[in-house]
Amino acid sequence: MNVDAAAWDALRLSLWVACWATVLAIPLALWVAWLLARKEFWGKSALNALVHLPLVLPPVVTGYLLLTLFGRTGPLGRALESIGLSVAFHWTGAVIAALVMGFPLMVRAMRLAIEAVDPKLEEAAATLGAPCWAVFGRVTLPLIAPGILAGAVMGFAKAMGEFGATITFVANIPGQTQTLPSAIWSALQIPGGEGQAIAMVVMACIVALGAVVLSEALARRVAAKISGA
Amino acid sequence: MSLRVDISHRYGDFTLHLAFEADAGITALFGRSGAGKTTAINAIAGLLHPDTGRIMLENEVLFDSGTGIHVPVAQRRLGTVFQDARLFPHLSVRDNLNFGARYAPPGASGPGFDDVVSLLGLALLLDRAPTTLSGGEKQRVALGRALLSRPRMLLMDEPLASLDGPRKQEILPYLERLRDGDLRLPILYVSHAVDEIARLADTLVLLQDGRVAAQGPLYDVMSDPAAVPLLGVREAGAVIEAQVIAHADDGLATLQISAGQLELPGVQAPVGSKVRLRVLAQDVILSKGVPEGLSSVNILPVRILTVQPGDGPGAAIALQAGQDRLLARVTARAIHEMGLVAGMTCYAILKATTVAPGSIGR
Repeated sequence: MNVDAAAWDALRLSLWVACWATVLAIPLALWVAWLLARKEFWGKSALNALVHLPLVLPPVVTGYLLLTLFGRTGPLGRALESIGLSVAFHWTGAVIAALVMGFPLMVRAMRLAIEAVDPKLEEAAATLGAPCWAVFGRVTLPLIAPGILAGAVMGFAKAMGEFGATITFVANIPGQTQTLPSAIWSALQIPGGEGQAIAMVVMACIVALGAVVLSEALARRVAAKISGA
Repeated sequence: MSLRVDISHRYGDFTLHLAFEADAGITALFGRSGAGKTTAINAIAGLLHPDTGRIMLENEVLFDSGTGIHVPVAQRRLGTVFQDARLFPHLSVRDNLNFGARYAPPGASGPGFDDVVSLLGLALLLDRAPTTLSGGEKQRVALGRALLSRPRMLLMDEPLASLDGPRKQEILPYLERLRDGDLRLPILYVSHAVDEIARLADTLVLLQDGRVAAQGPLYDVMSDPAAVPLLGVREAGAVIEAQVIAHADDGLATLQISAGQLELPGVQAPVGSKVRLRVLAQDVILSKGVPEGLSSVNILPVRILTVQPGDGPGAAIALQAGQDRLLARVTARAIHEMGLVAGMTCYAILKATTVAPGSIGR
């Protein structure tokens, strides 16, 4: 089968966008998950609702809201533009869309992991003289590593598959914002494009399977390390 | 190194008011569940912020509600051993111990890794994961981890409560070694088990309903009739010191106490060593005349110090036996019929099988 360059471009862009979205989201999601799991503060349920919004809203709506916020005339868009960063119709916009859509899944996985850590272990670490950063780094973090990994895999998978919000927010520009799902959708709009679509479907399947296999292997290694065996 | 605590804390409709001092040696904080023991440990460790009061270690203020001082947990350097051990599940025994050592202040003195491993018998456990350890082994590792953090004082919150009898017996000698060894580390030991306290403590603080009901040297508090309702009528009884002077072939050992000699079974300590005897109040029988024809050979001449009626049909009688004090629990009816009053001399018969010796190795 002859796969044209546009399909490879779309795959490359999707991987690029998904990796960026995942890497950027991990620390932020970890922080929010920790806040939701461990802290009591005013507006906690509002934060929780906000985090979950992209999960329950139609993706097109999320995309439209992102466009309103981050578009050239949007408040955040103008702020970013002033520091020389344009996200509208740009691959960085696709990263934002993927990040926002994957964020609730990541927070949920990490929050569960943090809630499963017994705070008494952290107290014990403190009584041994460990400062709070060391308690987090040497006790909490290793214990929640599987949860962080699970969250990252889900976030990555969501980013790879994200379509509705991305196409609404940053459109479908080949080589710039045309991710794999957008490219498949475009190919299906063209008479005789099924061949290209099938090639890209196979790519998507291989990436998805690869991500699952890789995360399983990583999870086993982390679990083995944590159980001390 | 002495700890001075004077704090009040309210939670729900329970108010804890705790005022006591702990000096060198083992200070036991005794009380039934709900008496406020764990709250006390948490407040001293810094895990809980009491409503009001002051906690001082030597000359350093750890907590003072008046000036708003609350030294963070990590800076208090009070090694804490919890009932549930709290070993880090992702680290091996060796790394758990190293975690303690990692944050020890560079200048602080204390036992090294190898000392702790040999003191607590951890050599064969070092490469194991905490999940594979027995309860007693976990507590030994937790104790070692706390010691390696070079604490200024050790806080132990019911460290043996979750262990069964044999496991307790496995740990108690290590705690005695810790008390009698070169470390000279003051220990605050929280427990609701009178047998542990009788064996380990130097000083006893009795808690009841969130207040200190009695405190003082162990031998004094344990032989005080007023402590009977606090310790429980079945658990109350004096603790006295004795020296092993002979082991007979039939398994009985002869022990010297200030008021005479006792013949007791089950004494393991070698001749010449000192042991603690716990004489339960309910196992002391009083006789006005010299008892004859009894199966028990442990008869001591005693003088009645005080007679304290209890709430029920029983009464507690404090006895002077040589330099030591004993406690006897008899019925109020017996007191009336025998005419037992303070100042009277009589004979105390001790049921030997129920006297539980614990080595104190001093």
